[in-house]
Amino acid sequence: MSSWLSFWPNLVASWPTLTVNSIALGGLLFLLSAGFSLIFGLMRIPNLLHGSFFMLGAYFGVSFLAAGLNFWLAALLSGAAMAVIGGMIERFLLRRLAGQELAQVLLTLGTAFIIADLCLMVWTGDPWQPPTPAHLQGAVQVTGLFFPLFRLAIVGVAIVIAVALWLMVDWTRLGAMIRAGVDDAPIARVCGIKVSQLFTLIFALGAGLAAFAGVMGAPYLSVYPGLDFEMLPLALIVVILGGTGSLLGALVGSFLIGFLYNFGQAIFPDLAYVILFLPMLLVLVLRPQGLFGRVVT
Amino acid sequence: MRPKLRHAAITLALIVLAMVPIWVGNTYYINVASQILLFAVFALALNVLVGYGGLVSLGHAGLFAVAGYAAALMLDAGHGHFAAILTAIVVVLAASAVFAVLALRATGIGFLMITLALGQIVWGIAYRWASLTNGDNGVNVTTRPAPFGASLASADSFYYATLVVFLLALATMAVFVRSPFGASLRGTRDQPRRMNALGYNVWLIRFLAFLLSGFWSGVAGILFIYYNQFVSPQVAALTSSAEALLMVISGGTATLLGPIVGAGIVVIMKNVVSAYIERWNLVLGVIFIAIITFMPEGLVPGSVRLWRLFRQKLWPPRSVPAPAPAGERP
Repeated sequence: MSSWLSFWPNLVASWPTLTVNSIALGGLLFLLSAGFSLIFGLMRIPNLLHGSFFMLGAYFGVSFLAAGLNFWLAALLSGAAMAVIGGMIERFLLRRLAGQELAQVLLTLGTAFIIADLCLMVWTGDPWQPPTPAHLQGAVQVTGLFFPLFRLAIVGVAIVIAVALWLMVDWTRLGAMIRAGVDDAPIARVCGIKVSQLFTLIFALGAGLAAFAGVMGAPYLSVYPGLDFEMLPLALIVVILGGTGSLLGALVGSFLIGFLYNFGQAIFPDLAYVILFLPMLLVLVLRPQGLFGRVVT
Repeated sequence: MRPKLRHAAITLALIVLAMVPIWVGNTYYINVASQILLFAVFALALNVLVGYGGLVSLGHAGLFAVAGYAAALMLDAGHGHFAAILTAIVVVLAASAVFAVLALRATGIGFLMITLALGQIVWGIAYRWASLTNGDNGVNVTTRPAPFGASLASADSFYYATLVVFLLALATMAVFVRSPFGASLRGTRDQPRRMNALGYNVWLIRFLAFLLSGFWSGVAGILFIYYNQFVSPQVAALTSSAEALLMVISGGTATLLGPIVGAGIVVIMKNVVSAYIERWNLVLGVIFIAIITFMPEGLVPGSVRLWRLFRQKLWPPRSVPAPAPAGERP
């Protein structure tokens, strides 16, 4: 099994490069964990399928790119396809177990195993690494330092989506309904908000974002079996760090993990993966609701 | 069951278990039987938390692997079996204490997530900290111990050693379930607030239960590395934790027999499926979903329920109120 560490830049890289890489990984993690956080906040279940959405989305992207599609189109199509699949999983599988949180979690776990094996059947065990799109190859030079264009593009996309999500959640009627559902689902229901429709919507949105992130990440993480259960804990850490249901928390948590990963990788290569979990443990002990989470009474 | 019947059933089961190597004769199947027994120890250990404590852990493969790796690395460093096993037990108890302190910050879904993350840390150490754990290449265990001069090198002798450990684990669990400690753990599962109000230290009860569970998971881990004579990061993977959970849930949580039946089902399925197709994960996922959707209480209580339903249909009780529905929990 190849590790995606090896695709990350060399360890002697100077700190500005590490910083850009950290921000790029943070952007990618935000795309992954924003949906995870909203699903967790609204439905109160950690969606153990989220890493699978990321991986399956990346595989879709690989196939679309192989079919000659434009990179952005491939990413959008993959996101859309996964949104449909995610919505169907919520509507036809999770809905049957409404109210039974544990059964729902285990259902997502079982589905994750099935998806992992199906991916292995279709895309084989070899890693796929689609080329970086031609118009994003190369680097920009700023004050003598080179920054890879593609990573800057990821950061840009993450910022655009973060702003869009923030506008949606904080400034639209739909966002108000989502916030109401996160805060108190039973009362939201009583007020006439169709919370179960919100579940399907948010689940589809989260799945789509994860798949989109998968395609965005594919050119430098590459796609391989096991990527799903490598990304899932990262989303988990980000959400435990930031607090469930909080977009700001997911944003801060993602960048924190992005930095920790890259700098940890440069300084303690053997322990980089373990270091990732340290802030999570600290937060659990000192502030169990997460940095931006609210205490649920 | 009446006491006489119960004793007869237990005696019969013991005779059958003791005769397995003689009847089966084939090394491959004796090894499968050993696997079932060692995973039954693991499932029994997990059941302490999942069934009696109501705390679903998805990180128990981490504890299983910690003990396995500790023993394997000690042996690799040239220490004896006794020192290796003792170290492994101490390490797994320490790891369980750390896991428990962190995971017991939460219950329910939060507990599940924290244990999952902790299990991933163990996996990360096993996989990435190559200078300590030899990474993906794993650690070989070249010899098996010879307690009281009896070599465990053959499949038969290892089966009997595993059987002894399994019976010890089962006896511990049987005592635990009937003990005041077991009763108070079930109390914290069903009514944590009332238990607190009655003066029980809910946290401490859960912590001790975690240690008990961790200890037997570690014992199963040590058995595993001696059985397999090799340990790799795969042992600590999320799939392994999920398999253990499936054993507990499929058999029936909060029963003594359930995890054993579950271990048998999962190990046999895994061996049979692996012999024909390479799609074990697919099958694992499908069984998971099927059991959760159709028989959420597990196969043992589920079969009991179906049997009662069936019996009622065939011989409807006359003017006698229907028996209360089976089920450990409301």
